[in-house]
Amino acid sequence: MIFDEMACRCGEWLRGSGPESDIVMSSRIRLARNLAEYPFIRRCNDFDRANIEVSVRERLEQSGDFDDFTFISVAELDNLDRQLLVERQLISRELSDAEGARAVAIDEAERISLMINEEDHLRLQVMKSGLDLDEAWQQINAVDDNVEQQLNYAFHPDLGYLTACPTNVGTGMRVSVMLHLPALVIAGQIDKVFNSLQKINLTVRGLYGEGSQAMGDFYQISNQVTLGKSEESLVEHVGSIVPSVISYERKARDVLIKDGNHDLFDQVSRAYGLLQNAQQISSEETMHLLSKVRMGINLGLIGDLEIPEVNKLFIQTQPAHLQKLRGGLPDSANRNRARASYLHRHLKRPKFGEDPAESN
Amino acid sequence: MKCQKCDKLATFHITDLSGDQLLALHLCAECVKEYLQPEETPPASTKVVSNVISKQLKLEQTTEELAELDHKECPVCGISFYEFRQGGRLGCPNDYVFFANELEPLLNNVHGSVEHVGKKPMRGPHDTQPQTELIKLRREMKEAVDLEDYELASELRDRIKSVEGESQP
Repeated sequence: MIFDEMACRCGEWLRGSGPESDIVMSSRIRLARNLAEYPFIRRCNDFDRANIEVSVRERLEQSGDFDDFTFISVAELDNLDRQLLVERQLISRELSDAEGARAVAIDEAERISLMINEEDHLRLQVMKSGLDLDEAWQQINAVDDNVEQQLNYAFHPDLGYLTACPTNVGTGMRVSVMLHLPALVIAGQIDKVFNSLQKINLTVRGLYGEGSQAMGDFYQISNQVTLGKSEESLVEHVGSIVPSVISYERKARDVLIKDGNHDLFDQVSRAYGLLQNAQQISSEETMHLLSKVRMGINLGLIGDLEIPEVNKLFIQTQPAHLQKLRGGLPDSANRNRARASYLHRHLKRPKFGEDPAESN
Repeated sequence: MKCQKCDKLATFHITDLSGDQLLALHLCAECVKEYLQPEETPPASTKVVSNVISKQLKLEQTTEELAELDHKECPVCGISFYEFRQGGRLGCPNDYVFFANELEPLLNNVHGSVEHVGKKPMRGPHDTQPQTELIKLRREMKEAVDLEDYELASELRDRIKSVEGESQP
């Protein structure tokens, strides 16, 4: 099954390349669309949902524009495979946990995913590694054009694309950039940054979107307004703010380094040491420690590990990925031990007999 | 020291920074779990919608008007205004037309605008009346089946078929 292969790869958003990729993990744009001839999802019965899934799939498959997409009926997946897709950000938690007919179409590179029967009938999403919003918009715009040739979108001349929630109406567009901001967190400046972002209508969320906690110092910045502004100006708005957040983070890193911040050096070294030597470890703690290690690499404090390797560990130590890679492990205690041994194997470095810590 | 939320022994002493205020908390092992992992809250957007609507309604309507408004139902999908403001989600595309007056202040509040200026579907001009008709007919057919009025149901099914034929892209 494709899921086993998937678990071994990193996927697009953890590729760890692209502009500003030491701080920007990924750029993402999603468009919310609904079919004109069905009620919105909350008012759909089982029959409507099944019809939507089948007709969208048939029409897109027949069009020939979606030949390199794999259609997956999410309702038919077991918990583990659904969780795997959530961890890879290919489907939302909402789609995973919903009831009834629902599906996702994913392109080969895992850059584009089309969710069917989420909060809206269709959620079209594109992800790019690093800061690359313009390219992301061009791609998803083209996908949207292709879908629109096949389906009747619910559209109102004054209000634009109609969505189940009035907070998405108009463009139906959410532009988000995922940032890794550990130095701003250490410097105690993160709330200040968020407050000023909120004043200019930008929202800050955790790693897995709405309602999720900020894990491992990862934050998503996205637009709040969807009506009254063009798609290009929304891309522009988010895209113009991100560089200043990046420069704050860089400044905070510089200051921490220049001050010879021993707390920082200590945190990085401890994190690395724990990941290498722990006997059992939860995914939350792993995420938290990997975040510190990732920053340590970017600051030149850790020389024997590369960012892509850390990104791979980020995804592969999450519960569903670990279960896929190791097989079994349904309970979390076993998983925590397996995670520790997995980290141990990937992070253990040969000793060269010059480690000052060892002689103490 | 006793836990601030129950009478057990407080074993966790937390200093929390909320805003710029320091908050000292003394909790037992059970209450601290609840404090550190608050129960799942509904998605932020649902809260935004229901908060804005309820504020708006309190400002502008009397209790009687409110009760009347809550009972207002979309003729196409059957959602009542009460259901919408509880769940924060609309029932069908026609709600944007049917509840236009109620939604306008909400849209203004959330987006600062009530006019779309972005992309438009290339296939147009757009008349979605036949599609809206389909939503209504399908609902009526289901109701007819539930009431075991099979004659009406089959009549509706034929009408659905003919509208479906017209509305294909």
